[in-house]
Amino acid sequence: MEAALNKNMKILIVDDFSTMRRIIKNLLRDLGYTNTHEADDGSSALPVLKGSDFDFLITDWNMPGMTGIELLKAVRADDKLRTLPVLMVTAEAKREQIIEAAQAGVNGYVVKPFTAQALKEKIEKIFERVEA
Amino acid sequence: MSTSDSSQLEAELVTQAKELLTQLESGHSVEAMKTISSLHLTREQFLFQEVGKLTRSLHDAIKNFHMDTTLDLGDVTELSRMEDASDRLNYVITMTERAANRTMDMVEDTMPLSNQLGERARRIKPEWERLMRRQMSPEEFRNLYKDVLAFLDSTNDDASKIESNLSNILLAQDFQDLTGQVIKKVITLVREVESNLVHLVRMAATVDQIAGFKHELAPAPSECPLGPEGPIVNPEKRTDVVNGQDEVDALLSSLGF
Repeated sequence: MEAALNKNMKILIVDDFSTMRRIIKNLLRDLGYTNTHEADDGSSALPVLKGSDFDFLITDWNMPGMTGIELLKAVRADDKLRTLPVLMVTAEAKREQIIEAAQAGVNGYVVKPFTAQALKEKIEKIFERVEA
Repeated sequence: MSTSDSSQLEAELVTQAKELLTQLESGHSVEAMKTISSLHLTREQFLFQEVGKLTRSLHDAIKNFHMDTTLDLGDVTELSRMEDASDRLNYVITMTERAANRTMDMVEDTMPLSNQLGERARRIKPEWERLMRRQMSPEEFRNLYKDVLAFLDSTNDDASKIESNLSNILLAQDFQDLTGQVIKKVITLVREVESNLVHLVRMAATVDQIAGFKHELAPAPSECPLGPEGPIVNPEKRTDVVNGQDEVDALLSSLGF
């Protein structure tokens, strides 16, 4: 496995709202991560993940085609993608939703609206775990 | 059914029922049979009357909202109010997206300017400090005062640009007024639809009553819907949601995640 918190890691940002993708992309860039790519739905994200070597997936929950939770489950069920670190960034704040995501194997959960600090902390936490 | 209608129906039925009783008790069976037919007829008439009122109300509701139907209900060239509401909400999405992108454009333009200001100040400061300690040669001093002049000019330019960008960011917030107005209209429409539906349900209940129908009503959806809901707009009223990132973290660590 490549070095964990590598500033050049390939990140896929998945959200059906382009403004949110832009915000996350900019925040990542401010943190030094410039190797970012985007998808507007779980259904278009999955083949992109399978066809390339991503180091990190950041996804929303509510998307019209394939939701974030479905994408997460598909990723965990795929041999190649099983260990891909996944961060959910979502407005879903119901306890049962959060628990479902955790049980499906999400590595971090950020609720909207979020701060740059929260995003940074969660990313660092995920990769410090991966390293360990 | 209005109380006058229902009491009218009841009064009619009572009159006829009393007649029926009298006729049966006095052995006038032919007349009694006729009275039974009359009773049926009375009920039918009221039933048809109420059904007529119900259909009329439905027509009115459909016309009122200019719904898109294939029936010729008059001027269907006018946009259905449902479609109108959809268009309005799409307009809100478009406006807010545009405002967000415009604001982010301004931010992306301003960040490097701000960085550059800091950068230049950081470069000049140690030179100025050397000057203050009298550790500078005349040659270096000549370069320094040119640098400082350039710094003052570029700072002035950058400050103007930044102010202009900030002003544009302020202006970009004008979407809120426009989207607010549009959303208020949609709220009005939604309330009208609800009110119309309630009215229709009341009329239908009357029809049921006269016809003697008893419907198996499906149970009302439970308070907390299952599945994803999007942003929670009234967290104070909910017991099944967490409030903020700290509570999310607390929930997850309490479960060992």
